[in-house]
Amino acid sequence: MLKILKYSFYDLMRSRWSYVYFLFYLLLGFVLLFLNNDVNKAVITLMNIIIVLTPLIGTIFGVMYYYNSKEFTELLLAQPINRSKIFMGQYLGISISLTLSLVLGLGIPFVLYGLFKSTAIFNFSLLLVVGSFLNFIFVALSYNIALSTENKIKGFGYAILMWLFLAVIYDGIFLISLVMFNEYPLDKFSLVATMFNPIDLSRILILLKLDISALLGYTGAVFRKFFGTNLGMVLSMLILVFWVLIPIVRMNFKLRKKDF
Amino acid sequence: MRFINLLFFLFFISVLQAKQIEVCESCAIKSIKDAIEIAEKGDEILIKTGLYKEHDIIVSKSVVIIGEKGVILDGEGVGGIFTFEADNFTIKNVKIINVGSSYTVDYAAIKVVKAQNFIIENCTFESVFFGILIEKSKKGIIRNNKISSNRASEASSGNGIHIWDGDKMEVYNNELFGLRDGIYFEFVKNSFVYNNLSTNNIRYGLHFMFSNKNEYHHNEFRNNGAGVAVMFSKYISMHHNKFRLNWGSASYGLLLKEIYDAEIYNNLFEENTIGINGEGCTRINYKNNSFLRNGWAIKIAGACYANIFTNNDFMHNSLDLAYNSKLNDNKFDNNYWSEYTGYDLDKNGIGDIPYRPVKLFSYIVNQTPEALVLLRSLFVDIINFSEKVSPVFTPDDLLDENPKMKRINDSI
Repeated sequence: MLKILKYSFYDLMRSRWSYVYFLFYLLLGFVLLFLNNDVNKAVITLMNIIIVLTPLIGTIFGVMYYYNSKEFTELLLAQPINRSKIFMGQYLGISISLTLSLVLGLGIPFVLYGLFKSTAIFNFSLLLVVGSFLNFIFVALSYNIALSTENKIKGFGYAILMWLFLAVIYDGIFLISLVMFNEYPLDKFSLVATMFNPIDLSRILILLKLDISALLGYTGAVFRKFFGTNLGMVLSMLILVFWVLIPIVRMNFKLRKKDF
Repeated sequence: MRFINLLFFLFFISVLQAKQIEVCESCAIKSIKDAIEIAEKGDEILIKTGLYKEHDIIVSKSVVIIGEKGVILDGEGVGGIFTFEADNFTIKNVKIINVGSSYTVDYAAIKVVKAQNFIIENCTFESVFFGILIEKSKKGIIRNNKISSNRASEASSGNGIHIWDGDKMEVYNNELFGLRDGIYFEFVKNSFVYNNLSTNNIRYGLHFMFSNKNEYHHNEFRNNGAGVAVMFSKYISMHHNKFRLNWGSASYGLLLKEIYDAEIYNNLFEENTIGINGEGCTRINYKNNSFLRNGWAIKIAGACYANIFTNNDFMHNSLDLAYNSKLNDNKFDNNYWSEYTGYDLDKNGIGDIPYRPVKLFSYIVNQTPEALVLLRSLFVDIINFSEKVSPVFTPDDLLDENPKMKRINDSI
């Protein structure tokens, strides 16, 4: 598995896209800090970008990589190597290279601008942890989609739809249900509803760590009571881990039966 | 005429005859109580440096009490310290510590009852229950005092400067922190509050109740539990104040409740959860105020009529305006909005298309507060954008016809 991981990783490193992605984050980090020079404020702006863009890039990279390297994968499958090792290697290769681009791309400008002296260091590291989780989750989800769909175009379509659903449509449904069931106590419901969407969960996790959480009022108080404790933090991290593990388990399950 | 001159002459003589009574450990008079006992109208009591453990000192004569540098009156947490029940008194340069607290009696470092023409200045009050408590008095000046306390809860703490039923009072250059309300006015009229600094109080930095025709300006209110509250009052002028960092789930810079005919201008509202929270406000002019980085810049609940907002700066607030009724005759004109995306083709400094300060999301949040959980979600940005392009839900007539292109009040 390590060999395949290494191969996928180097393959992606050699391809231009990893660098483009890395440079994009590097530039973003520098521009943000140049424009407002305040690490704390930059973290908020960055959150907006990370929770939308990381899942999107993860999804597209995952699907693209699967379809692109399909021939090579088939060649590998002919060798006496465990199927799940091949795919796990590829999966980890993509996820790790994307995460590396994210962490280095944002980390370098922030460190240069005196992150270690700032109080924002915890918020910033939480942001990176959450961003990395989102990478792992969305690459896994898109791999699942690609594995289940032979047709390239369809696969791409489903993957983009999945991203669209989790990033936008889910919130729409959430909002509509909140408005519709206005007369009922909704704080527990909204707590559970955020759990079922990794993007929402990441957003809330970061929001609650920032000053802006005071805006959330009563619902915010319920959320903070839950996420603010160590238990809540651990629990939400666990949920993010589950969001990684469940697609991986399904992937392995699917692999065993798939006819290549 | 001659008679009046004679009166003046007699008056001056009586003033000149006023004697000075010294109080110190080695003096003939060792306690402040004894000094007041023997004092006559117009006398001056000089308290020499030292620690005096006294409380419940009742002053019913018009005297001047002056402390030397380093005078400390320790109430030992038993009760109130001074109670003045006379006109024309002055107290200055005294440091009072440890006033007793009670749930039934309002103990104060200095309590003034039914007095006129008095001055309280250069005093320091530490760990007090109430600092200065004034009842049914007129024409008092309270200046250059420093009042602080360290109480934990709202119920067990008192107010810094508390005036109940007053007229023509002046409160200035005071510093207040760690109290319940920094300054509290109830049934006070024709009074001025200026150049005060009120910070880190448990409840309000400044609190007005049923107090008409007052003016407060050049004060700074920072980090207070709930901000500044002005309630049930008419003809109040608020200008050049700074409301900063009142941040918490139930905080605001300025709370206006049942306010009529007020003028609010040249104030700075910076990083408050809600800049101005208005309920039942009518005929108020908001001019040249700056709203920087607040959660909501302005939140207006029902029953607000004829409010006019002109030349204000709204910059980088999470939500500029929250509004929960469709009907309104409130007017926004010539303000600067940092989120305005219009253009100015004729270069007259005024945007060519009107700005709509109420976003769809802030409208929804008003209906369903739980929806705030979706703050900063991509979906919310999308619906805000589509609402901006073609408004359906937000009030049609609530718009700024002449949004400014550049910030107006740079100097604040």
